[in-house]
Amino acid sequence: MNMYLQPEYEVVRKEEKCTHCRLCEKQCANEVHSFDPKTGRMVADDAKCVNCHRCVCVCPTHALKIVKSDDVYKLNANWKMQTMNEVYKQADSGGVLLSSMGNPNPQISFWDKMLLNASQVTNPPIDPLREPMETQVYLGKRTVEIQRDENGKLKDTLFPQLKCKVPVMFSAMSYGSISYNAHESLARAAEELGTYYNTGEGGLHKDFYKYGKNTIVQVASGRFGVFKDYLENAAAIEIKMGQGAKPGIGGHLPGSKISSDVAETRMIPEGVDAISPAPHHDIYSIEDLRQLVFSLKEATSYKKPIIVKIAAVHNVAAIASGVARSGADIIAIDGYCGGTGAAPTRIRDNVGIPIELALAAVDQRLREEGIRDEISIVASGSIRSSADVVKAVALGADACYIGTAALLAMGCHLCRACQQGKCNWGIATQRPELVKRLDPNTAYKRLVNLVVAWEHEIQEMMGGMGINSIEALRGNRLMLRGIGLSDTELKVLGIRYAGE
Amino acid sequence: MKIDAQGKSFVDLNVEIRDCEDPEVFIERCVGQRYIATGLADKKLVIEGTPGNALGAYLNGASIWLRGNAQEATGDTMNGGEIVVYGNAGDATGYAMRGGEIFVRGNVGYRCGIHMKAYKEHKPAVVVGGCAGSFLGEYQAGGIIVVLGKDAKLPLVGNFCGTGMHGGEIYLRCNTLPKLLPAQVKAEKLDVLPEGEVRELVRKWCELFNERESEFLQSEYYRLTPNSENPYKQMYTVN
Repeated sequence: MNMYLQPEYEVVRKEEKCTHCRLCEKQCANEVHSFDPKTGRMVADDAKCVNCHRCVCVCPTHALKIVKSDDVYKLNANWKMQTMNEVYKQADSGGVLLSSMGNPNPQISFWDKMLLNASQVTNPPIDPLREPMETQVYLGKRTVEIQRDENGKLKDTLFPQLKCKVPVMFSAMSYGSISYNAHESLARAAEELGTYYNTGEGGLHKDFYKYGKNTIVQVASGRFGVFKDYLENAAAIEIKMGQGAKPGIGGHLPGSKISSDVAETRMIPEGVDAISPAPHHDIYSIEDLRQLVFSLKEATSYKKPIIVKIAAVHNVAAIASGVARSGADIIAIDGYCGGTGAAPTRIRDNVGIPIELALAAVDQRLREEGIRDEISIVASGSIRSSADVVKAVALGADACYIGTAALLAMGCHLCRACQQGKCNWGIATQRPELVKRLDPNTAYKRLVNLVVAWEHEIQEMMGGMGINSIEALRGNRLMLRGIGLSDTELKVLGIRYAGE
Repeated sequence: MKIDAQGKSFVDLNVEIRDCEDPEVFIERCVGQRYIATGLADKKLVIEGTPGNALGAYLNGASIWLRGNAQEATGDTMNGGEIVVYGNAGDATGYAMRGGEIFVRGNVGYRCGIHMKAYKEHKPAVVVGGCAGSFLGEYQAGGIIVVLGKDAKLPLVGNFCGTGMHGGEIYLRCNTLPKLLPAQVKAEKLDVLPEGEVRELVRKWCELFNERESEFLQSEYYRLTPNSENPYKQMYTVN
């Protein structure tokens, strides 16, 4: 125990409401709550609390709440409490700070500084309840060469594509970082919604092969679980070059999350930390990337689109241009606010650029080079609502990936302690007694509800703009206006200021 | 069936190999075609010439005999089967292998056997007759790598052998340890090659390339395995 560190949150129990049912004690994998037989009262160790709210939510009498501790150091605007605590932690352990989920620091959200248009008078809005409203998108190459056979009939020269009923997919979260039940929920939701979930880099549990039509499988540097059946089974294959939360850094799955099932799926020793280093050891150039793209296409007889996922970094537009020329069908760009199961804090909070700027820059560059149709763009890294999706599409995205929002739908409370493997919500854990708390029957339905609700909202916003097809919104930056943005920001986003 | 690869694109060549009904395929005049036999499960290929990168990527049970040199990424993410190379093989040979065997008569380049992994009956192996470049067996999580150092003029292995290793074994036929062995790797000296899988692999290599078994079985070896103290955990502090 580090004596310098004080609990960040306090567990507050209303004694008059507490019935000593001890449910909080049973439900807390962090062992915060206990019953003190001497006093006959429940007690809490605040220091162990990660503020996941599990106990608060399950308490039958609403006797619990978690509050931010008002214990403070001498106020210092430069040396904030969090900054000081991090120094204490490192002075104590000598370790690299490891965090989970997206960057929690105050960010400039460009989504919030962009406003959507609506039709008035001249170009009437469309009522999505009455009029057909197309939210379906196809992802893949659109540079089809028209060829005819000897009878003059059109030959099928279409490239393989993904068909999403809504422009929202579930982003890569590996089996290992999240639980079996969480994976099942995502897979079933994707199937019902007519969209896709992504296995992440941890391989695919054999039970989930049946959701293959709605599965994107990932190939990362560690190549966990990659073999012919895995590739064949998927609707698309994603090469993970980078992740927004940790550009330039690989994956690190702590041994505590490597159960026997996870070990089997990944083919690695049980209980030993799994390393997935940053670089693919055979990719040092766009030409090398092209080699992996084509080896995957060869392995699947050119029937599946290949996605290349990169983190949004400084030269993202030039990199995307290279990716578009590598033979890949789709590029996924992950912004620096994106989530993660575990990433070094300093990398997560300091490396990469916002998705809004990266997306706008990439779309602009690909158009300028005349290769925008070579590749579809999927944007991710803190897509928090349907409005973010609509704005992303208007900035040039074909679709979005959501990760954190999907986890929240399943019950996650963003306590950012995934790396500890003790998720009380049964999501970011492999402990059987915790995993079973997440009922896939409920969780999948909640995921479906979320995306269906977003779809309605997307339709309403499109309708308001007088647009009845999401394709007509893509890259339609006239539908966006900026507020509180500098000239440079407006220039990079390629939008005008509100009122202009 | 015989295929003349001269002037053929890799796409056409691979379609021909895939669609061929004959279980044995002989490819002659191979010049740099990539991805040959990608994911192939059930044929025996004999290749003359020099195939391009990613020979036998995701190989799934087929057998490839190459009478020549292989380029980069031979047996990339191979799942089963065997690849026998009568010459040298390039960089990243056996990258992330998860099953099957690769036998190379000569040397291999950098990053051989990187990310090899194993589970139960899936136990990949790479046997290298000559020397291996740097980064041999980096991030190895399972399987066996053997470097025999026959007629070695170069150091047996390059730098950073086994960095990040967390499973599997590497056998080096030598009596001095490579320099710069990382802290995550434990080295143990063996007076002869122990009975079991590794001995069988070396026997098979000798048989394939007509070498005297006694010379390779009776030698001194170093066996490298991950250091079970597992220093990665201590690298991090929860924030």
